[in-house]
Amino acid sequence: MDFSMGGYGAYVWTCFIMAGVVLVICEWRARLRHRRVYRDIEVRIKALGDS
Amino acid sequence: MWKFIHQLASPPHFYRIAQILIPWLAVPGLLLIGYGTYAGLFLAPMDYQQGDAFRIIYVHVPSAYLSMLAYMTMAVSAGIGLIWRIKLSHAVAAAAAPLGAWFTFLALATGSIWGKPMWGTWWEWGDPRLTSELIMLFLYFGYMALRGAIDDTTKADRASAVLALVGAVNVPIIHFSVEWWSSLHQGPTLIKEGGPAMDPGMLYPLLAMILGFTFIFGALLLRRVRAEVLFRERRTRWVKDLVLSGGS
Repeated sequence: MDFSMGGYGAYVWTCFIMAGVVLVICEWRARLRHRRVYRDIEVRIKALGDS
Repeated sequence: MWKFIHQLASPPHFYRIAQILIPWLAVPGLLLIGYGTYAGLFLAPMDYQQGDAFRIIYVHVPSAYLSMLAYMTMAVSAGIGLIWRIKLSHAVAAAAAPLGAWFTFLALATGSIWGKPMWGTWWEWGDPRLTSELIMLFLYFGYMALRGAIDDTTKADRASAVLALVGAVNVPIIHFSVEWWSSLHQGPTLIKEGGPAMDPGMLYPLLAMILGFTFIFGALLLRRVRAEVLFRERRTRWVKDLVLSGGS
């Protein structure tokens, strides 16, 4: 295995790491958005129940 | 068939089905990306002209392809929502936009990183492929900004749908730009007359990456659409029942 990629390692690895980071961000943001909406609904239902 | 489509367009039904589908898309997607990454980095033969720098295509090509697929998903869904007034379609369009923007950014960034050692420059303004792809990123930003600027969801859906449909003209421009104009960017390699012009050892990992990215895009899109549906339906009985029962 040639991790130096024939001298192009910095370019190649940067691209693969960047792709991994983008996929993780997309997943994290999708989960976060769902959690926030769900919590807002929970709070609203609770507030309506208390009043 | 129509009954199934009609049922799927129902927000509570879609919300449940999407949750079931997500792992069925995510797991094969991750496996394909795992294989494609390993084979693309270590098993595929080196390119005789570009050396090992060509391996960047294993993330650049799938992200560029997804940037266009996400736009077409957004435009077609927005169009369906605009014509047939299906609420779920607008939710799909709204959910596809940020994903498309991320994949467009990734395509531009990896393309730029590949361009430096190959062309000797990070960016070339005169290149039609690069410029049209950048315009697509701005179209995504414009779509999201327009949605964010209008409080009324129905009005936001309609206005952003028109923008998405008008911007769809950019997708064939991106695809055919390397054939229509003189470009620094290489011509089509996969979709061309006579089949792909690649060694099978290079081609199979690339196909695995494209398929894997597509599956992951599907899973991410479903996850985002679920959140969008939940937000739009937040005042309905089924959402209240769902939250009170502790369901996800």
